[in-house]
Amino acid sequence: MGELRLMKGNEVIAEAAIRCGCDGYFGYPITPQSEVMETLMDREPWNETGMVVLQAESEIASIHMIYGAAATGKKVLTSSSSPGISLMAEGISYIAGSELPCVIVNVQRGGPGLGTIQPSQADYYQSTKGGGHGDYHLIVLAPSSVQEMNDFVELGFQLAFKYRNPAMILTDGVIGQMMEKVVLADYIPRLTDEEIDQKYGSWVTNGRKPNRERNIVTSLEMDSGRMEQNNLRFQEKYAKMEAEEVLFEEIQCEDAEYILVAFGSSARVCQKAVDLARTKGIKVGLLRPITLYPFPKKPIAALAQRVKGMLVVEMNAGQMIEDVQLAVGCAGCKVPVLHFGRMGGIIPNPDEVVTALEQKLIGG
Amino acid sequence: MELADIINPNNLVYEKPKLLTDTTMHYCPGCSHGVVHRLLAEVIEDMDIQDKTIGVAPVGCAVFAYKYLHVDWQEAAHGRAPAVATGISRTNPDKVVFTYQGDGDLASIGAAEILHACNRGENIVVIFINNGIYGMTGGQMAPTTLIGQVTATTPNGRDIGRNGYPLKITELIAQLPGTSYVTRQSVHTPATIRKCKKAIAKAFQAAIDKKGTSFVEVVSTCNMNWKMTPVKANEWMEANMFPFYPPGDLKDSSKNDPASYTPIKN
Repeated sequence: MGELRLMKGNEVIAEAAIRCGCDGYFGYPITPQSEVMETLMDREPWNETGMVVLQAESEIASIHMIYGAAATGKKVLTSSSSPGISLMAEGISYIAGSELPCVIVNVQRGGPGLGTIQPSQADYYQSTKGGGHGDYHLIVLAPSSVQEMNDFVELGFQLAFKYRNPAMILTDGVIGQMMEKVVLADYIPRLTDEEIDQKYGSWVTNGRKPNRERNIVTSLEMDSGRMEQNNLRFQEKYAKMEAEEVLFEEIQCEDAEYILVAFGSSARVCQKAVDLARTKGIKVGLLRPITLYPFPKKPIAALAQRVKGMLVVEMNAGQMIEDVQLAVGCAGCKVPVLHFGRMGGIIPNPDEVVTALEQKLIGG
Repeated sequence: MELADIINPNNLVYEKPKLLTDTTMHYCPGCSHGVVHRLLAEVIEDMDIQDKTIGVAPVGCAVFAYKYLHVDWQEAAHGRAPAVATGISRTNPDKVVFTYQGDGDLASIGAAEILHACNRGENIVVIFINNGIYGMTGGQMAPTTLIGQVTATTPNGRDIGRNGYPLKITELIAQLPGTSYVTRQSVHTPATIRKCKKAIAKAFQAAIDKKGTSFVEVVSTCNMNWKMTPVKANEWMEANMFPFYPPGDLKDSSKNDPASYTPIKN
């Protein structure tokens, strides 16, 4: 077993990046995620693994530094929080359009605008539906514990490189700031330049070798016919993700008459709500999507066939509920799917969730 | 003398650099880009660094620069080439990275990225084509458009009250301790072309020697959007651009003050 530590979610992102053989981090300070870069700077990984850490002049610059490094086959990561992710939207679209791998961490805070610094899940749409211009998707992983903050860094890189597509860890101020015990991963060595050439020589722009033609990384295509072909290729990739990469967790769903659907820190609140409801004799289960894109449509549709109702609990005005309703509706189910949310940085408590369940679904 | 005696490898005095691809350039006749591309190809070939050079193309007329030079290229978003180059260079410190940017890309939308990359002293080469106008979008005002200059968005000439002043960004960049070599060149005569090639070679050598950022501005013509013949455009550039953007070295650490830049730590 790996090393056991008590750490903050944000610190774990930094530690996991170093240990998974990450080549570089480029970022810009923003609450509530600044500990990621602070931890990295304090750890000085350039002395240990050779990992580069650079504080950029803006989130815009950070994401384009990620683009440059990712296009040389390097394993690179950035992190930010909601307003900063909006600034990165340009670069993320280019990274998706140029088919480059990277991991982006969004430690969400309340919005819109400058919003609050308290936790929120209001960037669900932005993360799962693209976020920048053009038809693209990120692979979106939603950790609900500090342990998953650790695990999803390497998982994010594996998926990002498998599909040559940016992956996002969509978390929030709760998971970023809270301390939990975590089993750290063992060190994975960084790839050498020779290994990068061997694995990714067909696309990396790290200097044209005598044995190959030059590589060009671009998202530009003047011919609309070819651009459509590129888009069709992206769509094939997304379809493959939807077929192969869906992750979710079911808690006490076996005998459930009602289902809570929640991700990330909302799912932690709902875990407690399930226990509370069951002491009151209400048979409730929790479905927790782990990948928000690709979304666990099938397991939700399967549950919808045999329960009386679903309550989607989010720290937003109702975003993921649209995907749940689609999954249920497309399966031909008429089961009610309702929403309970708090906004602007407020975290719902488990009692509120149970009350909402009773009033909206059971009593309604 | 037979024709075969004349067309003979021994008589070769001028040829296309091997690094220039056979792709027909999209640039307008009379444009300066083609000449600068050729110089880049010659320098990279002369220095034999084509296997470790990575170019970063801008948005603007040179957006397709990657089609013409047989090295690895990345196409950056508008203005972000210096950030992209930073990402490449920091994670690949043994590689030679250059950006190729126009005045709108570098001095307007990318002003933050170029200033900070230069201020950090990234070991990169910046080629800055300044023709005082947006070429690709059809001749709108650029940050470097001269006072009174007519463009598509300043039909009565650039007006200070409405549009502000032309930006001497190269002068700003020469002030930054991260830059080691900052020069302003042109390519409108055989003599200036030879001089510009030397400047580009020096800039690449400085990047290889990890002396910080080297910055080569090339004051250029855009005869199409200036609505002049190529010859007239060269004359107009000498008469109007050169007084405001005088050619010459603005900073050369190898000559005066080798300690005027601080090497980056990676």
